[in-house]
Amino acid sequence: MRKGALLTNILMVLLGLFAVAPLLWMLSVSVMQPGEAAHFPPPLIPANPTTANYVTLFASTDMARYFANSLLLACLATALSLTFNVMAGYAFAKLNFRGRDRIFRFLLTALVIPAQVAMIPLFLICKELGLVNSFGGVLVPSIATVFGIFLVRQYALAIPDEMLEAARIDGASEFRIFRVIVLPSLGPILVTLATFSFLGSWSDFLWPLIILNDGDKATLPVALANLSREHVQDFELMMAGSVVTLLPVLILFVVLQRYYISGLLAGSVKG
Amino acid sequence: MGVLALAGFLLASCSPPSTKTTLNLWAMGREGEVIGQLIPAFEKENPGIEVRVQQLPFTAAHEKLLTAFAGDALPDMAQLGNSWVPEFVALGALAPLDARVAATPAIDRTDYFPGVWDSNVVAGALYGVPWYVDTRLLFYRRDLLKQAGYDHPPRDWAEWRAQMHAIKKLVGPQRYATYFPLNEYEALVVLGLNQPQEMLRDGGRFGNFRSPGFKAALTFYSEMTRDKLAPIASSTDISNVWDEFDRGFFSFYISGPWQIGEFKRRLPASRQGIWMTAPVPGPDGPGSSNAGGSSLVLFKASTKQAAGWKLIEYLSRPATQIRFHALTGDLPPRRSAWAAPSLREDRYARAFADQLLRAKPTPKVPEWERIATEVRLVAEAAAHGRMTVDQAATEMDKRADAILAKRRWMLDQGTAK
Amino acid sequence: MKREGAAWIFVAPALAALGLFFFLPVVAALVLSFTDFDIYSLADIRNLRFVGLDNYLTLLRTHLFWKALGNTLYFVVLGVPLSIALSLGAALLINSKLARFKGLFRTLYFAPVVTTLVAVAVIWRYLLHTKYGLINWGLGGFGIDPIDWLGDPHWAMPAIVIFAVWKNFGYNMIILLAGLQTIPDELYEAAKIDGAGRWAQFRHVTLPALAPVMLVVSILTMAGYFQLFAEPYVMTQGGPVESTVSVLYFMFEQGFKWWNLGFATSVAFVLFVILFAITLVQLKLSQRWSDP
Repeated sequence: MRKGALLTNILMVLLGLFAVAPLLWMLSVSVMQPGEAAHFPPPLIPANPTTANYVTLFASTDMARYFANSLLLACLATALSLTFNVMAGYAFAKLNFRGRDRIFRFLLTALVIPAQVAMIPLFLICKELGLVNSFGGVLVPSIATVFGIFLVRQYALAIPDEMLEAARIDGASEFRIFRVIVLPSLGPILVTLATFSFLGSWSDFLWPLIILNDGDKATLPVALANLSREHVQDFELMMAGSVVTLLPVLILFVVLQRYYISGLLAGSVKG
Repeated sequence: MGVLALAGFLLASCSPPSTKTTLNLWAMGREGEVIGQLIPAFEKENPGIEVRVQQLPFTAAHEKLLTAFAGDALPDMAQLGNSWVPEFVALGALAPLDARVAATPAIDRTDYFPGVWDSNVVAGALYGVPWYVDTRLLFYRRDLLKQAGYDHPPRDWAEWRAQMHAIKKLVGPQRYATYFPLNEYEALVVLGLNQPQEMLRDGGRFGNFRSPGFKAALTFYSEMTRDKLAPIASSTDISNVWDEFDRGFFSFYISGPWQIGEFKRRLPASRQGIWMTAPVPGPDGPGSSNAGGSSLVLFKASTKQAAGWKLIEYLSRPATQIRFHALTGDLPPRRSAWAAPSLREDRYARAFADQLLRAKPTPKVPEWERIATEVRLVAEAAAHGRMTVDQAATEMDKRADAILAKRRWMLDQGTAK
Repeated sequence: MKREGAAWIFVAPALAALGLFFFLPVVAALVLSFTDFDIYSLADIRNLRFVGLDNYLTLLRTHLFWKALGNTLYFVVLGVPLSIALSLGAALLINSKLARFKGLFRTLYFAPVVTTLVAVAVIWRYLLHTKYGLINWGLGGFGIDPIDWLGDPHWAMPAIVIFAVWKNFGYNMIILLAGLQTIPDELYEAAKIDGAGRWAQFRHVTLPALAPVMLVVSILTMAGYFQLFAEPYVMTQGGPVESTVSVLYFMFEQGFKWWNLGFATSVAFVLFVILFAITLVQLKLSQRWSDP
């Protein structure tokens, strides 16, 4: 049996290396001297670690601005998603209104429509609303999402009706009930939804690429894609750019992974 | 809270206090990098104007401009490839410039190479001022041509053909006389420009590739591969043209002015004597070539056209153009700028001055880029021997007509320019 | 009645946003795909025509569309099984009683999933570099000549598959792991008593129990892989020789490069129909399995 255990653990380590080696290598190259990585065989560890690439990145490109753009957009997208989806998800779970279940089923069937189908007309709508090349335009698709509503609804179903009824008998308004009773009991799913929204917005590429035109407004992924086309030969600089883009999401994930994974599992049973 | 603070910070950083007119200019590639060095002198002359240059990568420029048009986010002015001018005119995006040119002594249209100037004229109105020019001509191996028995470059197609056969005999089966990259349409288009009939007929409503002239061009083009004068190769097969040219893999090559710098840099000093440039031969004498390059345009939606025009005037001065040539190697569109020693004494550039006098614009329809791409695809099939010249010409017309369907309809509706 | 009003105040904002920014565009897309909406129509709406099914018919005659569809299928056929196999392997490892530091490894395996695609595509472009890339260096250790991963039409798509598998296997691993954890130990015990070895246990206990989860995973993965876009956009720009142009990349070029918006929406709808059909087929197949 010891042989089996050894084999299992060796395989686990190998797979772990496969998963993180590219990220470790990125970190390592990002602190190499400019030009150091373009050698054969490729160096694994920097001979003389330097922060020069990060300095260049922030001094000669607008990295700080792109970072601020991405952070602002991700925060706003999260705030919007939390507001709209949580209210709607709760209502679908616990409040009665005409056509509730029919509307909900309709929303679920819409999950099979890929977002790209809507993209071109969405661009035209944004043009009509004057939202092209604005942060408002970037945020439009993340205001409310079927997935977000679904996630919150499934969780909110577990809130005991008696608790809500008792509050109503005490004369509390629906909004007070929402604030005082519902929101606190939705705590974990709020964190889950926030994590999803933040990561989704931070990493989104296609829509910001289409809707933003002004170089100053670019998000990190769009800016990084542009930079990488122009600086193909600058390995070290591009790795520093990747570190700046990836570090926030990796930290966020490590801290909140429990919530993220529970949301992922809830989402996968939707089918 | 953090979000609000961040938003405040961003808003604050977006609005610098300024009473100046800020001109937004988009420029591409190398020109976009270099123009920054020309701007300070302009801003010094015009203290009320501040120029903000945004550099677009060349490969993404066309896309970016169209996106900006679609989203009502165009800048005040831009560097525009002059073959794109008809497209942006059709969109109604460009401001006409005739009145401004008429009112200024700084820009004298007779000083410009006529074909290049003309490429900015659509339906009788001017929409761009040439900034630099670009035309394709012949780069050739002087030494190999001499060994093959000729002391001068070809002057017409008969002579060119004879020279290519002589070189082929000299270099043997492993090497070739010429090289037309099959994934580029420029060489074939240049051959087509040398014909009496235009490549599109009836005001750009239909393809005219079945005309006797274009068929002659296509015949000449496909003879190259048929008679093994040219390899069946695209530019991805031959990644280092300079080395291959140096090794004599081919002796004639049609390319543009940027190759002068490349050949000077990449071939060793001892090998500089082996190559030279020459105008493209025509069917019966000195030939025409394309009037390429970039122009400066003002966008109709801009409220700062007067300031933008000042910048165009400044960039069009012969002195500025000579400085620009020194910075980029781009060829100036004004003949008076060619009097500068840097150009006059460059033996490789001389053929360009000659060729530019016979530069013609490619057909001025917005769809030209797409048509040329299709023409290229069909010609590639013909070069591979999968189609006869007649079949290829018919197929080209068919594809061109399909692409032009919308244009014909718009012309009939009276909504197209 | 008052409560119904309150309920509407809760759902109306989200429904309005979804309606305006999702359902309206989807309907508009269908309409748009029957027109020749292009850049000229943007300049002047009088340049718009209804063309019926022309866009769809043109699509069927467009060589690059078929090429893009072929490339996408190649990516899916190669990528989905590899991806799921690796996910299953990872899930089995983590679920194994013999494994140590399970939490740590689960985090490590999952890390690529949360990374920003563009950033890791940039990393992989260097890992795959012909001359200086670690991958070719590693292969060199086995005596394999350098491969021009992203420059050779035969290797570009496999390279993108390797990258996509790396990026995504952690996602399905989590779902499969949850599935594995629901299989009661007694089933394995019973199989062992019947004399089943490890492989037989896997085939006769694990796989059947996992079948419903596998179905979900394969639908999700296939749908996701059909939407290939950012990888070729960042790593190859569709090249070399159009070998990595995917359906979505084709749509993007038609729509936002050439601004043939009517034509591009017809591409989007064809993609949608394909995805829908695949989902239906998979559901039908699963029904056949579950009620013999």
